[in-house]
Amino acid sequence: MLPALTYLLLLVPIAAAAAVSLAPSRTAKWIATFGSLTAFVVSLAFAWSFPGWTDGSMHPAEAGVAIMPSLGISLTLGTDSVGLMLILLTTFLMPLAMIGSFTAVTEREKEYYGWFMLLEAAMVGVFLAKDAIMFYTAYEFTLVPMFFLIAIFGGKDRRPASIKFFLYTFLGSVLTLSGIIYIAANYANAHGGQWTFDLATLANHCSTAMDRTTQYWVFILLMAGFAVKVPLFPVHTWLPLAHDQAPTAGSVILAGTLLKLGTYGVYRIALPTAPVGGVELDQFFAILCVIAIVNTALICWVQKDAKKLIAYSSVSHLGFCMLGLFALNPVGATGSVMYMINHGLSTGALFLCIGMIYERYHTKDMEQLGGLFKKMPVWSFFMVLFTFASLGLPGLNGFVGEFLCLMGCFIAEPGAANHPGLLGPWWALIAGSGLILAAMYLLIMLGKLVWGPLREPHVDGHGGSHAGSDGGSHAGSQVSSHDGSRGGSHASSHASSRGSSRGSSRGSSRGSSPDASHGGTLGSVHAHADAHDTHGSALPRDLSAREIGILVPLAVVCLAIGFYPKPMLEAITPSAEKVLAGYPALVTEYAANGSLLPVSAAGASEVAMAQDVGSSDARATQTNELGQTR
Amino acid sequence: MISSLLAESNMSAKLTLIAPEIFLFVGSVVVAVLGLARSASVRRAVPTVTALFLLGSIGVTAYVYRSDAVEASNLLLPQLGGFVKALIAVIGILLVMVAGPAIDRRLEEAFDSGGAAFDPIRVMRGEYFAFFLLSLAGTMLIANANDLIWLFLAIELSSLPTYVMVAISRGSRRAQEAAVKYFFLGALSAATFLYGFALLYGASGTLDLVEMRNVFADMPELPTLAILGGVMAILGIAFKLAAVPMHFYAPDVYEGAGSQTTAFLGFMPKVAGAVALMVLLGVFWTPATDATGGATAVLPNAILATLWMIAVLTMVLGNIGALLQRNVKRMLAYSSIAQSGYLLIGIVTGPGAGYNSILFYLIGYGVMNTAVFAVLGSLERQGEEVETLDDLSGLRQRQPALAWMLALSAIGLIGIPPLIGFFGKLALFAAAIDHGQTALVIIAAITTAVSAFYYLQLVAVPMLGSPTARTDAVHAVPSSWPRVAAIICGVGVLVMPLAIERLVTASGATEVPTVQSLETAAEGPSEDASEADSSAPTEVASR
Repeated sequence: MLPALTYLLLLVPIAAAAAVSLAPSRTAKWIATFGSLTAFVVSLAFAWSFPGWTDGSMHPAEAGVAIMPSLGISLTLGTDSVGLMLILLTTFLMPLAMIGSFTAVTEREKEYYGWFMLLEAAMVGVFLAKDAIMFYTAYEFTLVPMFFLIAIFGGKDRRPASIKFFLYTFLGSVLTLSGIIYIAANYANAHGGQWTFDLATLANHCSTAMDRTTQYWVFILLMAGFAVKVPLFPVHTWLPLAHDQAPTAGSVILAGTLLKLGTYGVYRIALPTAPVGGVELDQFFAILCVIAIVNTALICWVQKDAKKLIAYSSVSHLGFCMLGLFALNPVGATGSVMYMINHGLSTGALFLCIGMIYERYHTKDMEQLGGLFKKMPVWSFFMVLFTFASLGLPGLNGFVGEFLCLMGCFIAEPGAANHPGLLGPWWALIAGSGLILAAMYLLIMLGKLVWGPLREPHVDGHGGSHAGSDGGSHAGSQVSSHDGSRGGSHASSHASSRGSSRGSSRGSSRGSSPDASHGGTLGSVHAHADAHDTHGSALPRDLSAREIGILVPLAVVCLAIGFYPKPMLEAITPSAEKVLAGYPALVTEYAANGSLLPVSAAGASEVAMAQDVGSSDARATQTNELGQTR
Repeated sequence: MISSLLAESNMSAKLTLIAPEIFLFVGSVVVAVLGLARSASVRRAVPTVTALFLLGSIGVTAYVYRSDAVEASNLLLPQLGGFVKALIAVIGILLVMVAGPAIDRRLEEAFDSGGAAFDPIRVMRGEYFAFFLLSLAGTMLIANANDLIWLFLAIELSSLPTYVMVAISRGSRRAQEAAVKYFFLGALSAATFLYGFALLYGASGTLDLVEMRNVFADMPELPTLAILGGVMAILGIAFKLAAVPMHFYAPDVYEGAGSQTTAFLGFMPKVAGAVALMVLLGVFWTPATDATGGATAVLPNAILATLWMIAVLTMVLGNIGALLQRNVKRMLAYSSIAQSGYLLIGIVTGPGAGYNSILFYLIGYGVMNTAVFAVLGSLERQGEEVETLDDLSGLRQRQPALAWMLALSAIGLIGIPPLIGFFGKLALFAAAIDHGQTALVIIAAITTAVSAFYYLQLVAVPMLGSPTARTDAVHAVPSSWPRVAAIICGVGVLVMPLAIERLVTASGATEVPTVQSLETAAEGPSEDASEADSSAPTEVASR
């Protein structure tokens, strides 16, 4: 039963993608919605029958299909409670993102929904992989759909944004791949040429049988890819650009799940595989986290673009998430996993909210928008709710994870009884200042967008803030939204779209006629073909039933987790304890000696590496060095 | 020399093994004659006949490499030929599909429309495919080389026809300029490695590769003469691979030649170079045991350092050079230089897993390379070749299938899983790290990330760009064969990973030399070499 469900989880989105590519394009969104909902149902069934909720074990335990036996690669699927929660997060967000795109995407729909379905399969594949190469395959493949989604459907700087996104993450992950191969080769050398890429076996081999200097370097290689994906401080620059340019659903998935691939990689692979590196570089990475938290929070403070603000806040929030992991105790790691899920929910929801505004006003600029409570009370309610969730108000989901991350960091002192760590109260204090900053910038955003005097983009200043791809009918629709009279808006927007030479080619190419969109007030669905041009009129002034339907499930889950996080915490903690099992001893040793490596090994091994490669007995030396356990 | 060759007892075994080449020789004569036929339909059949001969050579290869002749042949890498010949013939058929309709197209059109009278002097199609087959036969012969003279002749046989092919690939002065450039530099490289061969002969006193290996193995220390000879030979063969420092010709020649011939140059000479290096370096690899007692092999320091430097420089300069290009063919020329760098990683890694991973890598590379050039060959702009990225802008809207195939193969060339290119790189990197070449792999990984930038242009421009006034003039060529080849290759990139283990097994053609096999090889054809070899751990890994 379980193995079948895991295969189904992968196959359903792939089948949906295939169906989207074959079916006519007007059915694409329905196929994608249906496919992602089916995947969600399958993941619920998987979660329902999952036996490992309380002990952190991996299920299903069966060995998979061998793909490349010569290198020990197989399609082995299985996950533990943490991976399963992230799968649920993915499959939960995906249908919402799909339904949320109905009016936003009206061109090249087949590609849009097809790529999203492939992206879902890849993301689920990452969380399901028990084989390092399957993990890497899924992890790396997420780049391709996301590249196309940003590059085709993004804003006006979409091309550089997508290429930057691809190159940054690709550079990191090829280094991760070499790290993985290195461990596997080492394993093969030690086991008479028997290759395997099984994650648990490799982690066990690397943490017990490999010498410390090697572990140190392996950790650096592994982290290279994950740090870019998270993203950690110096390599985060691709993220704001990618988020800013991505279509709304792309941002939702990017923030909601794709970034979690990085943290999940650290949790599942980097930390348990090379604990020596984890301890040795613990404070280094913790400093990067703290810089990310504080520095990016300050950047958020001065943002004028709402979407960019939330994008930067993701960097800051994921700093907390990584800090929780680097506390090296189960409290912090549990908090970190909670944070991954909650960040996915609340930030995903915030991107959806901003996307709804963007569809109406075609701007995300907080200078031009304000006081929307007066026009859109329902939207404002959700916006406030999710902002509070994001800044960690107690009672909402964000609080639990944030608190536990800081708590883990606070108690992570070398002298701590159960799980000694290398951080401590001071680290928690500095990182905690990020909370205050987060409250500040998020409340400022709310103050500008929701409250205060009503500000809407002016008719004249409007065209400049456009992506440049929209037709000429905005002026008409803007006028109408100022009036607030629906019927009038139809008349005026169509009059202008027919009258304007700018907009006419676009409108007619889609075959939209004035008659077709008159029904638009009932539900935006039928009028979506016209939505881009007549956005102000096709969408109701406040949220439509469809949009409310997207946000309500998110709000319910946010509240539920905030009020009763206990089952989740109980499910995560055993897994976190397993991941961190090797750490207490090493941390104590590190705290006593100041280093785990042989004297100046870091420098020496670099030299040795450079020398080795040039010499004929490189191979003998290397194997010799790797073979012995220090 | 010839007489001593004939005197050897295993001559018949050798003749059996080169049956596929002999078959192709016959084919080249037939094709050359058919190309001169007065009847247009006979001339039109030339590519088909070429493809049939290649198909036949696959059959002959499959037949002879199952016989006892392989064991009796006394080669350093006895099984290598079977795989290499099959690979060359398969990719060769795809290349014929790309080149077939393009050669002499204008001339044939003129004949058809009565614009020109038939003139056997002016038709080139027969010559082109005759030389095509000759070059493939030469490349195949390299895999069978068991002495330096054979190796030299085989490399030259694979090179010389390509100079002519470049010259007649399209009726343009640039093609002729490219051919002259290619020829002179090729002659220089031939002189270089011939000089190296001479030094090797001087150092060992024999031309036979197996004997030479035994002579070197018996010496306590390799003489400088032998090292110098090896380095010279490597540098000369680096020309075939287009590896630094012998890479300068590649961008100009690739750009000057017609796309269909560039597709050929992007693959066949690389196979020739890689196989020649494998065969030649066999004399230097000496069996050793590693720390855990497993069989392994080591190269003399100077040779290893030379190869290592060439590999690193080739990867770095190739990828950086490609970043700067707007002309697709020049970009692909630099990218093919970089690909040679990856192949050299396998050479440095050594017989067994390293060589096998090269052969495996070549499968994927051959298909992806052919796909890219087949797409270029399917398009024309006002009768000229499509060469710049600007010409490809918005291709998706005119030729969706071609744009998708281009994108697919470019993503494959980057090495994104689960396409075939990824598994090639994976096998290569795994073998290299397993043999202690971690630093090389990390450099390769970083340069791969660099390569993603220019390969992404091949994805982004056709898929995401919009048609311009310039691209309005871009049309598909009348013949659909290049398109068919592009689609076959593109689909291959996608579905070949499903048969990954079969391809790995097929390419597992080389074995790491062991002390036992060295001794038995000295006595004569080895019966138990394969048995002894299978105990080596790297061998287990490669199966």
